[in-house]
Amino acid sequence: MGVRVWAACLPAGSIAVVSDPLLQMRGIDKWFPGVHALNHVDFSVRPGEVHALIGGNGAGKSTLLKVLTGVLRADGGSITFEGTPLVCGSPAEAVRCGISTIYQEVNLVRTLSVAENLLLGRAPRAWYGLSWRRMRMRAVELLGGLGIDIDVSRPLGSYPVGVQQMVCVARAVDTDARLIVMDEPTSSLDARETRRFFALLEQLRARGLSVIFVTHFLDQVYRISDRITILRNGRQVGVFEAAALPRTHLVAHMLGRSPAEVEAAAGATAAASAVAPERPAAEHATTLGGATPVLSVHDLGRCGTLAPVSLAARAGEVLGFAGLLGSGRTELARLVFGADRADSGVFEVDGRRVKIKGPRRAILLGLAMAPEDRQADGLVQDLSVRENIVLALQAAGRRGAAGGRTGSENAGCGDAGGRGGGFGWGARARQRSLARRFVEQLGIVCADLDQPVRNLSGGNQQKVILARWLACRPRVLILDEPTRGIDVGAKAEIERLVRELCRAGLAVIFISAELDEVARLSDRVLVLRDRRAVGTLERSRISEEAIMAAIAGKGGQEPFQQP
Amino acid sequence: MTKQTPLALWRRPTFWPVALLALLWLLNAALTPNFARIEVRDGRLFGSLIDVIHRGAPVMLLAVGMTLVIAMRGIDLSVGSVMAMAGAVAAQLIAVHDAPLAVVVAVPLVVAAAAGLWNGLLVTLAGMQPIVATLILLVAGRGVAQLITGGQITTFERPAFQFLGTGALLGVPFTLWLVAGVTLLVGALLRLTPLGLYVESIGGNERAARLAGVRVRAIKVAGYVLTGLCAGLAGLIATADIKAADVSNCGLYIELDAILAVVLGGTSLSGGRARMVGALAGALIMQTLTTTMLMRGIGQEYALVIKAVVALLVCLIYTPRFRGALQRLVGREVHAA
Repeated sequence: MGVRVWAACLPAGSIAVVSDPLLQMRGIDKWFPGVHALNHVDFSVRPGEVHALIGGNGAGKSTLLKVLTGVLRADGGSITFEGTPLVCGSPAEAVRCGISTIYQEVNLVRTLSVAENLLLGRAPRAWYGLSWRRMRMRAVELLGGLGIDIDVSRPLGSYPVGVQQMVCVARAVDTDARLIVMDEPTSSLDARETRRFFALLEQLRARGLSVIFVTHFLDQVYRISDRITILRNGRQVGVFEAAALPRTHLVAHMLGRSPAEVEAAAGATAAASAVAPERPAAEHATTLGGATPVLSVHDLGRCGTLAPVSLAARAGEVLGFAGLLGSGRTELARLVFGADRADSGVFEVDGRRVKIKGPRRAILLGLAMAPEDRQADGLVQDLSVRENIVLALQAAGRRGAAGGRTGSENAGCGDAGGRGGGFGWGARARQRSLARRFVEQLGIVCADLDQPVRNLSGGNQQKVILARWLACRPRVLILDEPTRGIDVGAKAEIERLVRELCRAGLAVIFISAELDEVARLSDRVLVLRDRRAVGTLERSRISEEAIMAAIAGKGGQEPFQQP
Repeated sequence: MTKQTPLALWRRPTFWPVALLALLWLLNAALTPNFARIEVRDGRLFGSLIDVIHRGAPVMLLAVGMTLVIAMRGIDLSVGSVMAMAGAVAAQLIAVHDAPLAVVVAVPLVVAAAAGLWNGLLVTLAGMQPIVATLILLVAGRGVAQLITGGQITTFERPAFQFLGTGALLGVPFTLWLVAGVTLLVGALLRLTPLGLYVESIGGNERAARLAGVRVRAIKVAGYVLTGLCAGLAGLIATADIKAADVSNCGLYIELDAILAVVLGGTSLSGGRARMVGALAGALIMQTLTTTMLMRGIGQEYALVIKAVVALLVCLIYTPRFRGALQRLVGREVHAA
């Protein structure tokens, strides 16, 4: 008991901490087949602190939390909780030990009343069974203590998610939790709900409870947390006092750069000025003196998903979207393509005002989108390579693929798909020849055209989706994380292909979590943070560091803002 | 790219149902006297096999539409009631209004198509689960049919209309021509136009299909309308066959036979595949079993159980686990030999 620990491997700028930690995880190792998911990770939480756990995709946040809450067993390392070694083989045991978890999705029974949810399994009893009256009283008392005033006899599902989330927290408090783990609790809350939720967190902190807080919203990290632990690729890269860590440093650590490098390249002040304040797309056109953009979008937004954004895609240019996970990159792409319905926004194609009410309309207007989640949104796994390639072209019918409209200006991939159209009767032979041409041009490795697409490797599957869209001869091609989960060779090929398509006159919107890719390919970069666009970088100013600086914002001095 | 190798016969999707049907017929030919005999009487073919196909026609027609709907992850429970509605309308038109043949055929089909449209709109626009949406018409449709006939069995005499159910063309029962015609038409739509691609992409991954620009809603609605039409046609046949609209029995529980036929044919209820030939074979398997048992004088109670056992066996063959076990078993024998 009372081992005094110097927080491990502290990089410059952080403060060494001396205190009795509530939770101490030391040298945690976790292997998945072929992956070292956690590499000797140290993590500690003090009593009465809100501790943010930050990291990109695959950093190991959820694995670490799963090890802590007994969902997974660590392959190495030790955990002490309140000074004694913690051994828990299941989440239920973790709860008994005093560690509760609040998930992103509320995991209570929505059809039961608030009181029942709060006291499920611990309901007050009387000689005749459950005492509903005392149960309600307990519930009111419990919620009242946390400043929540709601009718506890109504079903939980009748309240907004924010309230449900708070009921989860109240339940955790009542089960005598000393440590509450919150995995993206605010991701589905609006600004007001988030404020209330944070007020609740403050109260927990005041009572001496500790909170581990996982979020992708940097503003919230600074708003609520005392300390920050950053993970990257399964390693702990630093523990910092939130107040002493500039945003640029945080972002640099997350992305695996040294803060000094970022500061030297961009400079705190230069970074701020490099980010042009957001301007309407039309203004861009005049400043660049370029032709009318193929696609321009004004004030496109959706309540709770994305604050209104304007952008313009020009023929022969790559427009990059950069931002951290959850910053709204994918959401913006989906809104542009009509995959989700926008609340606001005006579209112009070639300067003509149009409406995009759904993906089909977008495709007919010459848009194409390779979605982020290939499996769920892109491929039809049971269908063949051929069928997956021709799907969009067939569905678009004659109009979408009309050679005449987009014509020869978009050579795209040679003349492939030129004679497309809704093949109508007797199409199989033409489908085959079209598919074969794309398979050859893009170098898709498959046994034959009628092989189910599910048997292809990730890179080849991605190329099948590219082929699907190139066959439609789009004018604007949106690529959402086209290089995710594919090997290095395939990545390079896709980058080369994007350049080629651009030279052929396509407007490409390129989204990637890997900033070096975005920086290399893009002519302009739209930077997003916390579900709003924070600015656009022009060609001459694009560098990885500049993008990072823009993502980080101005050193955390900004007032707290909600998407 | 390597050259395409033809799939092994037994790996082809329609092999199992067709093979089972062939096996059933062969067994019957060997064991049941007169099963395989086909003779020409009064210029038309007679025999058990012909009878199987003739009796199986309604389920086969239903299976054609149902295959499409199920391949899109839907289901249509209302086909039996739609049959009853179509039959009732036809019978009333003949018995009460003495309408011309074209009207007697066309109006019930329009009613059936409208029923399909109703199902389709409930599923796509209202966003109901297909099983619930079509359950509504399963219940309501028979009621509507009873309202149309006034709750009675409407009988009629109209040779031209009865031809639909009992007539023969070039010696072959007219029902066979109908089934063949509908099958060829829908089969051609599926395989020669992109419709099959749309259907299978919707069933396989609806989100991806929508993002690829497929008119998901329209095609789903079309599937239900087509199923409605098939049910209407089946209703006309059933009504013409008995010269009466027996609304409380016409097509009763037939939706279950149709669904089973589709499943026997290799179309998975989880969608993504449309196997029409398999579904037809499935319908014939069921009818062959029924007819055989009648011929051999096996009681209805046993017949149902035997049908269920056969259905169970076929469905087991479709589960990868069972097939794996079967292959291991066969493999071991080969090694031992």
